[in-house]
Amino acid sequence: MADITNQSLNEIIEKVKTKKVSSTDLTKAYIKNIESAKKLNTFITTTFDQALDKAKEFDNKPNFDQLLPGIPLAVKDLFCTENIKTTAGSNILNNFVPSYESTVTKNLWSNGSFLLGKLNCDEFAMGSSNETSHYGNVINPVGDQLVPGGSSGGSSSALAADLTPATIGTDTGGSIRQPASFTGTVGLKPTYGLCSRWGIVAFASSLDQAGPMTKTIKDCAIMLESMSGFDEKDSTSINKKKEQYSKNLKDNIKGLKIGIPKEYRVDNMPKEIDELWEKGKKILKNLGAQLIDISLPHTKYALPTYYIVAPAEASSNLARYDGVRYGYRSKQGKDLIEMYEKTRSEGFGDEVKRRILIGTYVLSSGYYDAYYLKAQKVRQLIKKDFDDSFTKIDAILTPSTPSSAFKIGEKMNDPVSMYLNDIFTVPVNLAGIPALSLPAGVDKQGYPLGLQLIGKALDEQKILNIGYAIEKNCGFKNEIKKWWS
Amino acid sequence: MSIDKEKIKHVAKLARISVDEAKVDSLTKDLNSIFKFIEQLNELNTEKVEPLTSILNQSLRSRKDEISDGKIREKILKNSPKENEEFFVVPKVVE
Repeated sequence: MADITNQSLNEIIEKVKTKKVSSTDLTKAYIKNIESAKKLNTFITTTFDQALDKAKEFDNKPNFDQLLPGIPLAVKDLFCTENIKTTAGSNILNNFVPSYESTVTKNLWSNGSFLLGKLNCDEFAMGSSNETSHYGNVINPVGDQLVPGGSSGGSSSALAADLTPATIGTDTGGSIRQPASFTGTVGLKPTYGLCSRWGIVAFASSLDQAGPMTKTIKDCAIMLESMSGFDEKDSTSINKKKEQYSKNLKDNIKGLKIGIPKEYRVDNMPKEIDELWEKGKKILKNLGAQLIDISLPHTKYALPTYYIVAPAEASSNLARYDGVRYGYRSKQGKDLIEMYEKTRSEGFGDEVKRRILIGTYVLSSGYYDAYYLKAQKVRQLIKKDFDDSFTKIDAILTPSTPSSAFKIGEKMNDPVSMYLNDIFTVPVNLAGIPALSLPAGVDKQGYPLGLQLIGKALDEQKILNIGYAIEKNCGFKNEIKKWWS
Repeated sequence: MSIDKEKIKHVAKLARISVDEAKVDSLTKDLNSIFKFIEQLNELNTEKVEPLTSILNQSLRSRKDEISDGKIREKILKNSPKENEEFFVVPKVVE
């Protein structure tokens, strides 16, 4: 039998439905791949026995009408999974076993899939290279010394290396789209409120969104349909009718108006990124879309705004890790306060501590107006830029990242240069709107590059359709050689 | 504006994180470069701008104040680093 694991989720689902492969054989094929890919360090926890039981259960009593019939899936270790350790990539949660299941994973399982394991990520999703994880660096299958992006780096790496047919990540400032771009895969950050945040380890609650990471746009539509939906347990969940993204996927984009924001051409951007952007524009034009120059004047202020809002919310969210009710507790500390201080010092890594300190500082007495309030005002301006543009256009096309995947260690000593990775992805989170990254070319080293499509709130179908059209016409093929096994 | 070592120690105290004396210097350097970056925002006049408090065009839902789960004390306590029968245990606070 040809290797099934290098196929798309949609193709695999067809094979399961037509009984060309059983759920058990499919699961075994992924387990075999995972066991020979330890070098990539993508998994924090594996759940093989449980997965094989679920696969057997499915094969004995198959239901082929489900969206994800008998499909094993690995997910980012930021989603709480009932009775299965959930670490968020942190030492402070190294022994945490949730007694509940996150809503989005529950949705995936109720559509016929089951858990294969939990994927490595930056600690509390704070990072752009997966180098802040307590459980070690993840390697990008694209190249031995390359980072897979972050924070959903275990997810992007596992997907690109055929260790899971699709996966999910979370995106607070680019944590789905940037790793997708670095690994030649598709990643979508949905509209804020489309996917429930309930049961996801919180980082910055007004920005966090879960979303799909897949090999193709069609797969992305299937996964988004499976995971999204109203949830009364999340007070910011949007109550609306469920969409059939995969059924309604079409590549006819004739007459659509695509905005090209001039502010996304930044200084020192590699020529290849510019060329990729041109390629994207040309494809859209050839398919009958209309390109319109637009301006999003506050773009350059998005990252500084983000680095106030996100740490402020994180410092508040992460106050819960006190060593009392769950998680790691230091053996040192002679009184309660010292126990807290030692627990948090030993339990959190450097980047997380840095962000908690930034957040505590900007919220502290006497500084709130100068930083946090200022940032909330600029956030309003950034959102208004998008609102104004979307009265004239259907979607926006930009590059996903200002570079291709970089080397491990290259940016670890300079936090600001690391933060600049998210320059094209962060504005979307601040405005709460959806965006996807899809692979559309390679640089001169052969490393994948992504294009980003931004839509207005709840316009996921439209950006998926445009992505579908680009995918069919850009001639990108992910040619990863399995050097690690 | 620059942040000095004393300020860092004060903020660390507020955040309940003990900071190694050896690491204070590098932390001060990192935070100063991050704040220099953040302070680009001061270029903008935002006097007449309303702060954004929600990106959703809906108000938060309220729910009835009812218990929807419960009776899972054992499960909850199982994750505690230290417990005693039905309680979480912390270092002694009252003499």
